[in-house]
Amino acid sequence: MSPWIAGFSFLILYPMVSTLYFSFTKYTLLSPPTWIGLENYRLLFTRDPFFWLAIRNTVWIIVIGVPLRIAFGIFTAWLLTLPQHGSRVYRTLYFLPSMAPPAAAALAFVVVFNPGFGPINQILRGLGWHNPPLWFYGPGSSKWGLVLLALWGIGDAMIIFLAGLLDVPRQLYEAADIEGASGRQKFRYVTLPMISPVIFFSLVIGVIQGFQLFTQAYVVSLAVTGSTVADAAENLGSPQGSLLFFSVFLFEQGFQNFRMGYASALAWILFAITMICTLAIIRGSRRFVHYQGGGFR
Amino acid sequence: MAVARHAVLIAVATMFLAPFVFVVLTALMTDAQAVTPSFWPRPFQWVNFPEVFRRIPLLTYAWNTTQIAVGSTIGILVSCIPVAYALSRMRWRGRQVAFVLVLATLMLPFQVTVVPLYIIWVRLGQIGHLTPLILPSFLGDAFSIFLLRQFFLTIPEELSDAARVDGASEFQIMTRVIMPLAKPAIAAVALFNFLYNWNDLFAPLLFLGNNQEVWTLTIALSEFQQRHGTEWNLTMAAAILFMLPVILLFFLAQKVFVEGVTLTGVKG
Repeated sequence: MSPWIAGFSFLILYPMVSTLYFSFTKYTLLSPPTWIGLENYRLLFTRDPFFWLAIRNTVWIIVIGVPLRIAFGIFTAWLLTLPQHGSRVYRTLYFLPSMAPPAAAALAFVVVFNPGFGPINQILRGLGWHNPPLWFYGPGSSKWGLVLLALWGIGDAMIIFLAGLLDVPRQLYEAADIEGASGRQKFRYVTLPMISPVIFFSLVIGVIQGFQLFTQAYVVSLAVTGSTVADAAENLGSPQGSLLFFSVFLFEQGFQNFRMGYASALAWILFAITMICTLAIIRGSRRFVHYQGGGFR
Repeated sequence: MAVARHAVLIAVATMFLAPFVFVVLTALMTDAQAVTPSFWPRPFQWVNFPEVFRRIPLLTYAWNTTQIAVGSTIGILVSCIPVAYALSRMRWRGRQVAFVLVLATLMLPFQVTVVPLYIIWVRLGQIGHLTPLILPSFLGDAFSIFLLRQFFLTIPEELSDAARVDGASEFQIMTRVIMPLAKPAIAAVALFNFLYNWNDLFAPLLFLGNNQEVWTLTIALSEFQQRHGTEWNLTMAAAILFMLPVILLFFLAQKVFVEGVTLTGVKG
């Protein structure tokens, strides 16, 4: 127990308290922190357009991406429950993309969705869409590219939903059949309530992970602007700031511009958001989520 | 009906596999052909793969990444198994409080605590070394502790009691009784940590960014194509080389993955 207590205080408690302190200071690492009160927060909320851009982009990707991932995860998991034979093969194939390292997967998608030579836009043009999206090269479509990338890597969520679907007792469906329920009614009144704990879990994890989205956005921004790690700073969030997400912004402020106080304020805002989401688990799961056998497992 | 079902299943499988196929084909094209709409490589340029090794010190990066991934996985197992054991199989004052602390940190993003950690490593002169990416694992990780604890709880208490009657110490019970029974959970925790560290970009970029000699594969890959004048064929070859060990690992340990993922979600 003691190594973990040491770890907890060294890695969590101390950093959290000192982050709070730093967030009230101006600190560039070169000189000791100087107290400036709420100035960092005031700047963030009232003066910094990039903060609000980062919030807007992050909220966009969460509001669009998380529900789509849940719906697609349930859909693919449901597909996997259909076949009597060969379901293992399908499961492996569907799961495989989620194993691709995010950096490699993001680069692959930049090529697959390349507006000039990528196969997606060739197919779209072939289908008669004369001006298909620029995907990662256009500020209006780059986030959609990331959403599609997240749907491609649905595997982890899909497996959790699959376990949830297989957990639903057969008798419930048989009872519904006897009552003459349609397929849709069975899904709405049997399946959905029975897998609601999994849906809720995915929702909360999705929101928290959304605020941590970094690797894919960083890799795409470097790839589309042709910059290196050394000169990444001015191109983070490219194209045109459309991929400036919360964690990218925090990285840029803290570890490219070395505004430690500012980054600490961002970290505490992230902490507040995470806490609200975690509380939502506990409250929401009581209200909307149906647990088999009752109670919070 | 069965035919229609399989048609849908195959169509969806094609969607999942198509990007892999296109990436492999692009990796085998010439530099000039890679930026044309053509689909089939002419000629098949297999030298692209050795060429990647010639362009960047791929083996050095792979070795750095392996050190981080293996080192921190060992750290996680050494530190988390005893804590999970104490939280699930021993009775002591403050156990509930300690578990609530684990739960509280479970969802905390790394970004929240990163500024002071960075400053500590700057003061210790460890920026540009692998230490900040390996050492903290030896102090435990909330998610791994939680997962192991949940699994340990499912092992019947009678087994421990029988060992106690035979005069086994708690340490012996942990290593001889619980750990052999908890192999699936331990394997899942090890794999998740290995993969997380293998794939991570944020922390390596932060702690290693300026020292190219200790770069990981992810950092190198993120700027690969820029260093070499947008040669998409080589970039895709590099991406494949980066994916390959992970995909192999997946096929070798598929059962562990699928069961592990299930363990994280449903028992949560």
